[in-house]
Amino acid sequence: MSTGIANTAAFLTRPFRGAASARGRTRIPLMVTAVLLAAMFTVGSVRYEGFFSAQVVLNLLIDNAFLLVVAVGVTFVILTGGIDLSVGSMVALSTMLTAWLVEQYDWPLASVVPLVLLVGGAGGALMGWIIHTFEIQPFIVTLAGMFLARGLCYMISTESISINDPATVRIAQMRLYGPEGLFVSLSVIIALVTVATAFVILHHTRFGRNVYALGGNETSARLMGLPVGGTKVAVYAISGLCSALGGLLLTFYMLSGYALHAMGLELDAIAATVIGGTLLTGGSGFVLGTALGVLVLGMIQTVINFQGTLSSWWTRIVIGALLLVFIVLQRLMSGRRPAGE
Amino acid sequence: MTSQPARATPAGGPGKRLTGHRLLWPSLTLLALLLGNLAFTHDFFAVRVRNGHLYGSLIDIMQFGAPLILVALGMTLVIATRGIDLSVGSTVAIAGALACQYIATSSSPGSVGTVLTAVALALGVALVLGLANGLLVSRLGVQPIVATLILMVAGRGVAQLITDGQIITVSSGPYKMIGGGHLLMFPFAVLLAAAVVALTSLLTRRSALGMLIESVGGNPTASRLAGIRAAGLLTLVYVFSAVCAAVAGLMISSNVSSADGNNAGLWIELDAILAVVIGGTALTGGRFSLGGTVLGALIIQTLSTTVYTLGVPPETTLVFKAVVVIVVCLVQSPAFRSKVLRRRGTAPPRPTTPAGEVLPHQEARA
Repeated sequence: MSTGIANTAAFLTRPFRGAASARGRTRIPLMVTAVLLAAMFTVGSVRYEGFFSAQVVLNLLIDNAFLLVVAVGVTFVILTGGIDLSVGSMVALSTMLTAWLVEQYDWPLASVVPLVLLVGGAGGALMGWIIHTFEIQPFIVTLAGMFLARGLCYMISTESISINDPATVRIAQMRLYGPEGLFVSLSVIIALVTVATAFVILHHTRFGRNVYALGGNETSARLMGLPVGGTKVAVYAISGLCSALGGLLLTFYMLSGYALHAMGLELDAIAATVIGGTLLTGGSGFVLGTALGVLVLGMIQTVINFQGTLSSWWTRIVIGALLLVFIVLQRLMSGRRPAGE
Repeated sequence: MTSQPARATPAGGPGKRLTGHRLLWPSLTLLALLLGNLAFTHDFFAVRVRNGHLYGSLIDIMQFGAPLILVALGMTLVIATRGIDLSVGSTVAIAGALACQYIATSSSPGSVGTVLTAVALALGVALVLGLANGLLVSRLGVQPIVATLILMVAGRGVAQLITDGQIITVSSGPYKMIGGGHLLMFPFAVLLAAAVVALTSLLTRRSALGMLIESVGGNPTASRLAGIRAAGLLTLVYVFSAVCAAVAGLMISSNVSSADGNNAGLWIELDAILAVVIGGTALTGGRFSLGGTVLGALIIQTLSTTVYTLGVPPETTLVFKAVVVIVVCLVQSPAFRSKVLRRRGTAPPRPTTPAGEVLPHQEARA
């Protein structure tokens, strides 16, 4: 799924870097992830009673729908070689805004949802604009965004706001039943639609190709006359929009708004993206890989829950270890570079 | 060892004048903040002697700011090599947890020997963690933000594992000394931080070390071709950063006589980066200012103290910090200066962005 330039560059250097094609090489981490997911599910099924069921997999989606949406947005940013640290705070701000407007001001959900999405999208676009116009590192701009969004949460309220609005509760508890009593929540459908949309945008539109080109080599992209600035602003806007949507899904999941919601979510989203085979230097990756990455993180949690004797901090340690393995794997795949680069 | 190594400054002007210029704004900001406090607290500048120790708001700021100064000091050198260390918060938590766990389970928590062993244990583990970060960056060529992200994610889990998810309390006189004790009227933590700052500036500014670090940050490829052992220097700065973070972790846990794997050092990496940036060290690497970093850390600590004194919910400091980050970065950004302030003539030349250097292997990373 690489771009023209990236393919050309890979083609030119291929004789020097082994026989495997560039495309095949970038897919290795993805395949490792798929195998890992299958292995975890198999081991879980063998070890724990009741693990081997379709509902366990569906619960994985129900519990991680919001992370899936957020990680999809982060994938866009990382594909351009940027990073967005503000997503966790943006999710928290969305839960806070929704709960506050619905509960305190009795706003109908139909007007809260567009407003929250607008705030997320505009916030992301603003960060993208600052990053592009003033050539400040994405890391530091989104860090400021992270502080700002989290601070705004506290300005709304330092307490958790629980949602009792009947309409919102009804939507949150909506279940879609399939055969044999299997069910998913509305959030799962929204998350899957988001993944599908992102897939189409990234792999079948001009904008998607621009995203890959920008991540492959910004200078080349600019010299080729691609709209570098517009693309950059757009990916941060998409990330902001996705985190606002993820925030709405988390609001439905938790039925509350709280400034401490989604602490460290940006790291989970980045981890999912990396484990899904997207290069953190940009230019190469798959949104479907990100979905797999989210499922891996969810599966770790599920295994730890089923084990019962393991404490929650093992999740962080295992995620860290996995990140290490995948990052080292990616480095070895994409060719070694001298120190300091 | 040269007495005063000629430093390569981006503008090419005399290094001294630029340094003076660079520290002007942080100093004025700190002064303004302190004076602002005077308006609300009339005895803000008063320093009293009680029980042979110095007391007062200024002393408090220094004492509570000491851990941040240390973490920011390590961060400065990392940022000078164009890197970033996100794992310091986790290292703070791990160091505190390890030391407290060791002291709490030992047979004689109050003995100096136990405390020294605990400190050595914490510093030793930090050394290994820093080495891991440094090797990932220097040998495997992983982006610093990514390499240190691993430890940032996993480290807090490790800290919780050590403390078993609990808050471990210790009652040990010698351990309390590190963060809460006094020596020669001064808080021990302040003296310790000052000693580390003095030693670091001596090593970096009175020897060629600082210049070498700056050259690696300025242009890694060129400095490697010039025969500088970039890999070793990179590893060194990450080890230094981790050890500084560990000392800060010891101070924090010692001050409250307990270790909290969940919250110790939470977001201190962000405060440290902020302190470095406020202090005039550009995130693009290539030059650094230790004095600026210390000023930056003191500004942040004063800001926090002010917010507490004013009775504003402390959580809202995040909004102030966000505004400060953006304003400082904008003012530092050459693009912003040329586009908005129209001062192209006096602004330093644009730092070369990684994307600007088209190297063969960068094109080939598809």
